[in-house]
Amino acid sequence: MEVGYLELAVGSILISNVVLAKFLGLCPFFGVSRRTSDAVGMGLAVIFVMSIASAATALIYRHLLLPTNLEHTNLLGVLGLPVPEGGYVLILKTISFILVIAGLVQFVEMVLKKSAPALYRALGIYLPLITTNCAVMGMALLNTEAWRDPANGLPVHLATVNGFCGGVGFLLAMLLMSGIRQRLAERRVPKALQGLPIAFISAGLMALAFMGFTKLFGIAV
Amino acid sequence: MSLLKELTDKPIKHNPVFVLVLGLCPTLAVTTSVKNGVAMAAAATAVLVCANILISLIRRFIPNQIRIACYIVVIAGFVTMVEIAMKAIAPEAINMALGIFIPLIVVNCIILGRAEAFASKHGPLASLMDGLGIGVGFLLALVAISLVREVLGAGTLWGYRLTPVAVGHTTVIPQYVPMTVLGMAPGAFIVIGLLFGLFYWAGNRRRDAARLVAVPAVPQVARDFPKPKKTPAQRPSEPRPSEPRP
Repeated sequence: MEVGYLELAVGSILISNVVLAKFLGLCPFFGVSRRTSDAVGMGLAVIFVMSIASAATALIYRHLLLPTNLEHTNLLGVLGLPVPEGGYVLILKTISFILVIAGLVQFVEMVLKKSAPALYRALGIYLPLITTNCAVMGMALLNTEAWRDPANGLPVHLATVNGFCGGVGFLLAMLLMSGIRQRLAERRVPKALQGLPIAFISAGLMALAFMGFTKLFGIAV
Repeated sequence: MSLLKELTDKPIKHNPVFVLVLGLCPTLAVTTSVKNGVAMAAAATAVLVCANILISLIRRFIPNQIRIACYIVVIAGFVTMVEIAMKAIAPEAINMALGIFIPLIVVNCIILGRAEAFASKHGPLASLMDGLGIGVGFLLALVAISLVREVLGAGTLWGYRLTPVAVGHTTVIPQYVPMTVLGMAPGAFIVIGLLFGLFYWAGNRRRDAARLVAVPAVPQVARDFPKPKKTPAQRPSEPRPSEPRP
């Protein structure tokens, strides 16, 4: 049975939030969450890149790496090139994904610079950081195995939606965290816990709150 | 001599997790049990050492503008090797537990960070030592976190039950009820936050002790000492030695 859009959205934003349940993208979560404006900029940049990267990697996974089956065809096989038994998944998945994501980020940066200078000024400084943001790569990897179908991975359109929703979940977590940290900055905190430790503990309490969404609407992730 | 210093200095003074604040994602995700933590540290160290050596060997041939891309390709190659090796060697349960975090070593900032900060400037032998030192530091951090989470969260250590299982309704020792939340996502954040606090507290104490010893050596003994609280170094707003790099 195919997964619905709403199911994906609730699952990726609330139930298994990228940051608070999947532990992806923690470096920007703690590094860029001091000011709300930075947090929003980073979150928007991640939404943007994650959607595109999810689409591109899902396309590659289903039509270049996996062997042909009922659900999808391997383009290399169509061209008459040899495709091994299990496809190229084991050898080429990691390398192809990271190269595609790195190339894509460069490309998006160049296109934005030329065509949308205003957007580039807003997101520009965050884009290079996203190449090594494990949230984007992690979402691409999760798309290949999540949602009940580890053999095929999500189809391209669902993977794109999932990437977008994962980005929205990241933005939500960043926004909440930046609010908490601005409050924390004005409070008296024991000396040893100032800065990062208290941020981690607050994130833990947030994750505890997000655990309340488990099995929301009966959706199992 | 200095090579040995690279190795011995790194695990504590330049601990990748607690001092450099790098590689947080696997640190939080896989530390549900000591076994997983050790497996993750071993995989990451293998990639780190190999990538460090190779990058240091080819550092003169890499053009400066595309160096990050080159590092990523080298690292991705080694990650793929480790991935395949883990599938062959490690038990199924560990592979399941580490899941996507083995391929995610490719974007682990520890490895890219060491390539950029160390291997691209030093020889292969020093880079090997640096990789080993940082790897041991990563192992220590993961073991520390997973020890707390496994013992308190599941009541086991390395998979063995520490507390007696109740037989009927009577046990000699009152049965330990595991704090399951420590094994889940919130527990990871809270445990690492508290350990960070402990690390800072120990660091502060050492700094204060060093200052107390150093003060009498200063020539202006006769002058009034400024109250310790007013010295800029002791203000709470003092910048932390490390903040995560995105």
